[in-house]
Parts: sequence; C-alpha cells; structure tokens
Amino acid sequence: MLSTHSYDANGKMKDYHYSGPVEHRFSPYAFNGGTVLAVAGEDFAIVASDTRLSEGYSIHSRDSPKCYTLTDTTVIGCSGFHGDCLTLTKIIDARLKMYKHSNNKSMTSGAIAAMLSTILYGRRFFPYYVYNIIGGLDEEGKGAVYSFDPVGSYQRDTYKAGGSASAMLQPLLDNQIGFKNMENVQHVPLTQEKAVQLVKDVFISAAERDVYTGDALKICIVTKDGIREEIVPLRKD
Amino acid sequence: MALQDVCGFYDSALYRLYSSSEDSHNSTWREPRAKHSGVPLSFSIPHSQNTIWANHTDAFFSLRSHPSTTSVKRPFHLSHGTTTLAFAFQGGVIAAADSRASAGGLVACPEVAKITPIHSHLVVTSSGSGADCMLWERILAREIRLYQLRHGRRLSIVSAAKLLSLMLHPFKGTDVCVALTLCGWDREEQGKEREAQRAVESKVSMAVKSNKDLSDGEKPVSFCISAASPVGALSRTESEIQRKWKDPEDQSLISSQNTTITQQSGPRLCYVCSDGTFLKGELFSVGSGSPYAYSVLDGAVRWEMCTEEAVSVAREAVYRATHRDAYSGNNVDIFHITARGWRRRERENLREEYYREGQRRRECTKVREIERKKQRRKCVTRTEDAEEKL
Repeated sequence: MLSTHSYDANGKMKDYHYSGPVEHRFSPYAFNGGTVLAVAGEDFAIVASDTRLSEGYSIHSRDSPKCYTLTDTTVIGCSGFHGDCLTLTKIIDARLKMYKHSNNKSMTSGAIAAMLSTILYGRRFFPYYVYNIIGGLDEEGKGAVYSFDPVGSYQRDTYKAGGSASAMLQPLLDNQIGFKNMENVQHVPLTQEKAVQLVKDVFISAAERDVYTGDALKICIVTKDGIREEIVPLRKD
Repeated sequence: MALQDVCGFYDSALYRLYSSSEDSHNSTWREPRAKHSGVPLSFSIPHSQNTIWANHTDAFFSLRSHPSTTSVKRPFHLSHGTTTLAFAFQGGVIAAADSRASAGGLVACPEVAKITPIHSHLVVTSSGSGADCMLWERILAREIRLYQLRHGRRLSIVSAAKLLSLMLHPFKGTDVCVALTLCGWDREEQGKEREAQRAVESKVSMAVKSNKDLSDGEKPVSFCISAASPVGALSRTESEIQRKWKDPEDQSLISSQNTTITQQSGPRLCYVCSDGTFLKGELFSVGSGSPYAYSVLDGAVRWEMCTEEAVSVAREAVYRATHRDAYSGNNVDIFHITARGWRRRERENLREEYYREGQRRRECTKVREIERKKQRRKCVTRTEDAEEKL
C-alpha cells in the first residue's frame, strides 16, 4: 500500500515516532489520502471517489472530491498528493481546450489517456505524485477505463481501484466483476444498477478498514446521455 | 508521432506551453532536448541528477556548491520485476514473457503485455520500469518508421538496437530502467535474394529443409530431431499445451519465400539496456526470474530443435521462473518470428499448469508408495522363509 513504506523496521511511523537520529530534508511530496475507483460497463462507465482530504493524523477537509469532469464523455479520478492533482487537472484542461480550438472537436477518452501518459512521463525525474484513473466512453459508445502509474505507464482495463485503499479493493473487484478465483459461476454482464450498488458497497468496506478513506462518496456515472452525479455519505470517523 | 515529424508539423501552442513553463525556472531545470538530438520529448531534469551530461556541462561552472548525489526521493514504487526470454533457432526466434507488473509488494497489474510487436518482423520484449519501457518502445517504433519513410527500406535488427542504445545513452546515470530484447528476422533485399540463396548456409541441413516447408502450408511441418531432452520438461501431452496461434492481420506475404539463413538475413536477437549494454546473441533472458529461466534454457535449447519443441521449452522456462520468483507470474505469452513475420500464441494462464503439475506429482508419489509397499512385503516374506528354514 502507499503509506506502508513510511514505517521503519520496528513498525514505527517514520514521520511521527522517533526511530533514531535522521537527517531531515524538505520533501516536496505529501500524501493526502483518498481512494478512486472506476468500472466500465457495456454502455456506461462509473468513476467514484471518496471526499476526504487528510495529511498524517489530520483531516483537512471532508468535502474534497477526487473526480474531475474533463469532457461530456470522460471523467478522471486523481488521488495521491493533492497539490499535484490540482496542477495536473489544470494542465489537462488547458490541453483539452487547445485541442478543441485547433481540431474543432473534443478529445476522445483514448486520446486523453495517451496525452496524459506523455504529460506524466515528461516529469519522469520529478514525477507528479498522482495515481490517475480515467473513465469514460470510447468512440463506439462502450465503457472504457484507463489506469495509470505516477510516471505514465497505462493500459485499458475493465475496472481498477487506485489510491490508499487500492490494495484492499482491487481483489474484491477481481472477484465480483472479473469473476476470478471462483469456480462454477455464470459470467453475467454487469448492469448499471448492479455496478452502482457494488461501488457503494465496496467504498463502505474501504471506509471501514482504511483510515484515509471516508466521509462521503461521490459517484459519476457516464452514459451517452451525459454525466450523472450521486453523493452517498460514508463513515466520518 | 512519426507522421507529424515527416510533415514538419510542429504544434506551436504545445511547444510554447513547454517553454513558457520552464523559462521561469531556468536556473533549476535543464532542457536536454536542445543539447542532443533523437529524443522527441522534452524532459525537465532537476540539477541534482547525476548524468554524464551533467558532468560535461557543469564542469565550466564548477558547481561544487550544489548537493551532488541526492535527488528527489520518490514516495512510491514503480513497476518492476519480470521474466522475459528470447532465443534463436533454425525455425526463427521465440520470445516469451510472463505478464505480471509488480510495484513494491503489490501486483499492480496481472495482465500486462510485455512483448510488443514493432513491425511485421520485429518484436520487443521489455523488462524494467513499466512506464520507461512503454515510452521507449514508442520512441523506437517512431524512429524505425521514420527511417523507413525516409530511406525506403527497413532498418536491420542490429541497427535498430544500436539506434536505441545511442538514444538511451544521455540518460545513463538517471534512474531510467529499460532492458529490451529486440527479436526479429532480417529480410534480404529483393535484388540480393538469388545471391543469398546460393550463399553458404549455416548449420544443419535437415532442419533447414523442413523450414522451407513453411512456405507451403499454414502450420510448419518440421521434423523433431530426437535428442536427449531434459527429464520431465517435455513429457506433457500435446493436447495439454495446444493453443491457438494468431497471425497479425497485415502480414505481408513474401512471394519468393527466402527462408534461408545467411549473413544478411535470418533470425536476429539483440539486447539493449539503459546502462549502455548492447549485446548480440542467440539466447537472452532478462529480469528477476532470469536465473531460473536460464537454467531451463541452457539445458534444452539447441539450434536444430523444431518449433513445437522450442515453444514447449520457452513455456517451461517461464513456468519454472514464475514458480520460483515472486515478482513473475500469472500468464505466459509466446511469440514466434519467422521469415513470414511474427505470430502470437494465445495467452496461457499458468495456474492450470500448477494444478496439473501437482496432480502429476501426487500420482508419482502414489506409484512410489505402492512400489515401496511391494518391496516391504517381499522383504517380510523373505525373512519369513528364512525363519521357516531355520
């Protein structure tokens, strides 16, 4: 998981417990928590994120969602370092506008994903500390999810979880949506209602077990009719 | 990317964005793009990275006051760890890889494609950091395509590898981690084909004759030259490992089937690494699982092997490596490159193989138990007879 490497050998958090004399340097990164999830269906895509913004032991805000709408068919979820998330979304918005002005059409989800990969790799030696997941509809109207690592490696998936609770949620999604590690099950295609309900259940479980996830859940459902948003409360402790 | 360069189209808005954002921190960032040609992306490298390039330019300014070796520490892991292998034999080149991308202790993605076709006769296996490999393959594909458009002929495998190695050189010392194996078949030019056919053919005759039968049918008709094969490795039944092969859609049919192997044409294998290594050879395995793969390959690969045997050996090597190495696993992908181009074997999940192996081992132990019981009974009866005699 993301935050586990800040522990030293004795299990003490390196930032908050004394574990021996250490030279402190200014770190340009901070970890602000949060979980993002995206699921692609036959003709829809869902991008969901929690709305908690935390740092160490403090919660900075309970209303800071991590899904950003890019076009009417694409939503991006960014979690990690909030400063880099904001800058990255600003840069993406600017590039989208430039594309629209020079090509007279909006960027497709696949094109946005390819562009984001090069933007992230341009900072290979001082990366954006952001875990991105793009959810939207492709040119044929089918749901598409693209998941990224902080330096721009990406691929198209059917579902992906990113952020602080990703290691907990991904196996659950593998099982429920990918029907993996189960025997003698029928592979039923996912309907929109079932997918939304699944996302809600998954985030409730994440809020139970991950301290950086909670407060509220924002779900963006992308269909050919547009983007619908839903807010669901989660645990606040 | 390539088309954009050939047309001379420079997105002025795009470059303005890059230059304006970097101008403000001129003192802290360097723009390597102007300094060396070849890499189409502009990278901002913070001063503290210890590149060769840094040591040249900074010599004039005596930057001893700058903190030298400490760079910005990344708070996250990048995807690493893999098993890839490739070897050449009389029937072409086999490239095989697992499909796990791990980041620290987490499996970031269980279904990555580590073998990427660049063009109809070149395939690249990647290992190292996922993002670096993805991008450098893209850059390599672009450069090969540009060469083809400008010069009207295809770059040979060794030249492509040399080009890649030169492009990676400026990044030596940074933590770009790329280890690519270029696997392909060099084709002869049209005019030189007759000469090549009369030219000296390397190695064994019978295997090469069977290779010529490739031109006739879909499936290669090859004779497996019987030789001592490692025990257990190839004892699987054909039905177990039978998979579909997928040809690329745009496979160009070579009318005069030049499948002879000569100095200029034939299977080629090159290994390029971001630390500057550039090797030509006939057998490579790269990644954290490579020692395990090497042990299987060194024992089984021969030039004269037939295609089925080669595929089986490659599969076995990846299987053993994924079993022992924690950072390799999930599926195995196999590509086979011949004079007609590359073809891809359907991705196989190795989980089934583990179960079959477990089953076989259980049967073996059962058989051994029965034998041991029989032996014991014989001993008992013998002692009983002996006692009776007494």
